[in-house]
Amino acid sequence: MKAVITVVGADRVGIIAKVSNKCLACNVNILDITQHVVDEYFTMTMVVDTAASTIPFTELVDTMTELGKEMGLVIHTMHEDIFNFMHKI
Amino acid sequence: MLEHYDILETIQMLKEEHLDIRTVTMGISLLDCAHEDIDVFCQRIYDKITKSAEFLVPRACDIEKKYGIPIINKRVAVTPISVAAAACKSSDYAKIAATLDRAAATLGINFIGGYSALVHGGFTNSDRKLLASIPEALSTTNCVCSSVNVATSRSGINMDAVAMMGHIIKDTAALTADRDSIGCAKLVVFANAPEDNPFMAGAFHGVGQPERVINVGVSGPGVVRSAVARAGDCSLSELADIIKKTAFKVTRMGQMVAHDAAQALGVPYGIVDLSLAPTPAIGDSVAHILEEMGLETCGTHGTTACLAMLNDAVKKGGMFASSFVGGLSGAFIPVSEDAGMIDAARGGVLTLDKLEAMTAVCSVGLDMIAVPGDTPAETLSGIIADEISIGQVNHKTTAARLIPVVGKGVGEEAEFGGLLGSAPIMPVHPQSCARFIQRGGRIPAPTTALKN
Repeated sequence: MKAVITVVGADRVGIIAKVSNKCLACNVNILDITQHVVDEYFTMTMVVDTAASTIPFTELVDTMTELGKEMGLVIHTMHEDIFNFMHKI
Repeated sequence: MLEHYDILETIQMLKEEHLDIRTVTMGISLLDCAHEDIDVFCQRIYDKITKSAEFLVPRACDIEKKYGIPIINKRVAVTPISVAAAACKSSDYAKIAATLDRAAATLGINFIGGYSALVHGGFTNSDRKLLASIPEALSTTNCVCSSVNVATSRSGINMDAVAMMGHIIKDTAALTADRDSIGCAKLVVFANAPEDNPFMAGAFHGVGQPERVINVGVSGPGVVRSAVARAGDCSLSELADIIKKTAFKVTRMGQMVAHDAAQALGVPYGIVDLSLAPTPAIGDSVAHILEEMGLETCGTHGTTACLAMLNDAVKKGGMFASSFVGGLSGAFIPVSEDAGMIDAARGGVLTLDKLEAMTAVCSVGLDMIAVPGDTPAETLSGIIADEISIGQVNHKTTAARLIPVVGKGVGEEAEFGGLLGSAPIMPVHPQSCARFIQRGGRIPAPTTALKN
């Protein structure tokens, strides 16, 4: 099952590293990363595969949200269907 | 391939623009619960409702977590009670309302609709019993919602029922006077009531519906307003297109959740109601969309035209987004549940007469209108009759949810709380229509009803 992790907030050292490490810890495979920094404002979207995740999806959502709070960023983790339904016919 | 921009747009809709699923409503048929002993009937409906919807709230919460999209309300709608209880010998229908309330509490839902009667052609004995019980039922329960369909485009208008509803609303207001007559906020008078409306207070499970069904109501006034704001000073042609595309995206969420909920609960998917339904929260107002379209204040000249365009664009976009569209499906203009409407009414710009014109082009009707507590029953009936006539002649659903707030007058406000919001008391015309209402009888169906 694919999910989309989005990270938004003030740029700082180590964002991609920390989020990737969290994915690694949960055995979540990263399929695609898009990332921009505009005027010190960081946004990243990661498409991940959670099929082999060691934790339930709802727990992954909470884990990533907490990680975001620790770094002063907003991290959302959402099922890919929500994007597929909205932007594709 | 998911585009970065599309992902951020979705997140913004959900997190900043109040995109949500307004309700997941399970419709449940009570037709097989009939029994002449009202206590047996009550036990049967309690068992059927609580068993059918046992997992409605937990499964809906799972879907919220899975997609990160809030599902604000989980509700139940049942067969109109005047139909389901027709075999009961007893007249104590308030007991049935108490049972529905108890079932709602067991399930953890906030409203249960269907304490209803369909009297557009005339009254059955059961209809009369139900109507007589409405004031007591709504004043002694928390979650029960009631509706009465008094007209269809094919049957005409039951003006005896319209006259009765004026008195029933007054009695309900009196019995809930200590709470700003909130009982009336749970009572709707309809023309052409839909069988599959997921929104309260008018939801009921029509007699043509299956055993159980899942109907979903989406909501995105904030999303539409943001899209209109971003469009700047474009032409109306471009604006209509932008609203249509935005409505498509909003309604797709409803389609997705409806499918998921139906699967999770093992219940057929019914419809998505694509209505733009506001809440009192800032940024969630239909009136503010109209103002963003170019009106200084909602209710001024041009309001009906803006609303007509908005309503039509929402329907066009929403229709393409879902397999089945139903319910009310248009723009809601409930005065107490919309921050912009509240301000416009308070300022005297949005009047009852203008609201009546607006209902000709959008979906709900005269909704959550607080009027002075001393408004005569016949005047309430006259307001209802006007609204019902618009629906009947134009082959659309219209409704009236009027609240004569006991002890309050123009310049004061009623406080209902939560999603029901607060409402400034609006003035009504003092000239009487009592002689017209007291004539009674039926207004025949219009010529346009003869479509064969």
